[in-house]
Amino acid sequence: MDKKKIQEKVAFSILTCTMLLVVIPIILIIGFILYKGIETINWGFITEMPRKGMKEGGIYPAIVGTVYLVLGTMAFALPLGIGSAIYLNEYAKRGRLTKLIRLAILNLAGVPSVVYGLFGLGLFVFFLGFGTSILAGSLTLACLILPVIITASEEALKSVPAEYREASLALGVTKWQTIRHVVLPYAMPGILTGAILGIGRAAGETAPILLTVAAFFLPRLPKSIFDQAMVLPYHLYIISTQVPNMPEGIQYGTALVLLGVISIFFIIATTIRIKMKVANRS
Amino acid sequence: MVIVLLIFFFLFRSGIALFKDISLKDFLFGKNWFPVSSNPQYGILPLVAGSLLVTAGAIIISVPIGVGCAIYISQVAGPKTRTGLKIIIEFLSAIPSVVLGFLGMVVLSMLVKNAFSLSTGFTALTGSILVSLMALPTIVSIADDAINALPKEYNEASLALGATKWETIRYVLVPAASSGIIAGIMLGIGRAIGETMTVMMVTGNAAKITGNILSPARTMTATIAAEMGDTVRNGTHYNALFAVGIVLLLMSTAINIIADYVVSRSKKEAQ
Repeated sequence: MDKKKIQEKVAFSILTCTMLLVVIPIILIIGFILYKGIETINWGFITEMPRKGMKEGGIYPAIVGTVYLVLGTMAFALPLGIGSAIYLNEYAKRGRLTKLIRLAILNLAGVPSVVYGLFGLGLFVFFLGFGTSILAGSLTLACLILPVIITASEEALKSVPAEYREASLALGVTKWQTIRHVVLPYAMPGILTGAILGIGRAAGETAPILLTVAAFFLPRLPKSIFDQAMVLPYHLYIISTQVPNMPEGIQYGTALVLLGVISIFFIIATTIRIKMKVANRS
Repeated sequence: MVIVLLIFFFLFRSGIALFKDISLKDFLFGKNWFPVSSNPQYGILPLVAGSLLVTAGAIIISVPIGVGCAIYISQVAGPKTRTGLKIIIEFLSAIPSVVLGFLGMVVLSMLVKNAFSLSTGFTALTGSILVSLMALPTIVSIADDAINALPKEYNEASLALGATKWETIRYVLVPAASSGIIAGIMLGIGRAIGETMTVMMVTGNAAKITGNILSPARTMTATIAAEMGDTVRNGTHYNALFAVGIVLLLMSTAINIIADYVVSRSKKEAQ
């Protein structure tokens, strides 16, 4: 074998190693939590209130809190995000202003989540007087995932072939009707994928919630959107740092439930995307 | 757009109020962060040092691995492996940071403690390792996109000239995609600086200036998240945390703008 071939072999083995260095930790993380957490998970763990300073019982209120928070976030982020994407892609003229808006959105995507938390605390909790509540948290998380949703929706709208729009407009249909009945249905899977990924992210965020919604320990269900709530990620944070002598099983169980919730969002989004790719090819 | 302005407005409104009590100079160059002592001091320097230390560690770990992995995915792997790997790496970015932080506390900190025989496993290094995991997906996917966006002719021309596949990657593809790869690294840095929960849970939270990656450290993000609960609204401490938020925001904005600039320049070059 000549030198070049050996060189190539060595280089490729190093590349393979780097790949394994990325993949193995991921599999270890998931496997470890699954292995340690699975024995805690049972019906009671998911549907019971926590007891004895969270050291016994289930995590029901945290699950419910997460569901409320995710629903609230969706209610604010989806219309706003998809609306701005439609505006940016279909109506806005290409110029200085749109360029600036795009840069702003891009920048928004890189803002640390804890800064969103500060912002939510300043605007929603104090200035608008919502207090630490599900409402304030939903609005904060909605701001956090808006860039994800806008970018994904815009990509999806861009991928709609121009002929579709032209054909529809040529038939004498108004622009809005074209968007509503031709463009949007075509772009829907892409928009959905972005939305689901965004929501998955919202469900796992902790730092913004810590400042805007979270209740340390609240063994009852939230009564209204102005109520505080327990939420899964924050609950995991609390039981792994703030409560001494916490039974390990509950910690791993909570981590597993949280990971499970995120996986569901992730799997749905990925499935839609793969199906979409196959459909586009045919 | 409105939200961007609102974010700036509300952070600045509270942050600026700090400077009624404390001079800008003391804040930016103060070497002590003692917000709750009888003689409170709000010097941001130790926090910036903590953030930079953790981020630098994370980047040193994740850049070689991330870029190597991106090259593997885009050039070495077959189409099926490629899709599989991309999904796995994307899932990594979906894992909540608090889950990583939890594992970091119960598993990784022990490993670090034993490996370096330290008195505590809660060090900047522990944070760096976890944060590198969070920066990896960003680096890999953007670098992978950059390599894939290169015209096919580059690859084919080089191979036709008799270069091996590795030579092609080394001398043609990677240099050509370098600005995209750099943009990925920049965004990875942005991710690392902004990471809050993992860092807060594993770095030991000691707000002092240190260059030693094996000692505890405290980042800006963790400080905000950990101390906000103890503050009085519109008190000096509250305002100081908002001021820290402003510094974070400015840093991430700068990183994003640079990354955006690098990307748009590379797009122009490609055309």
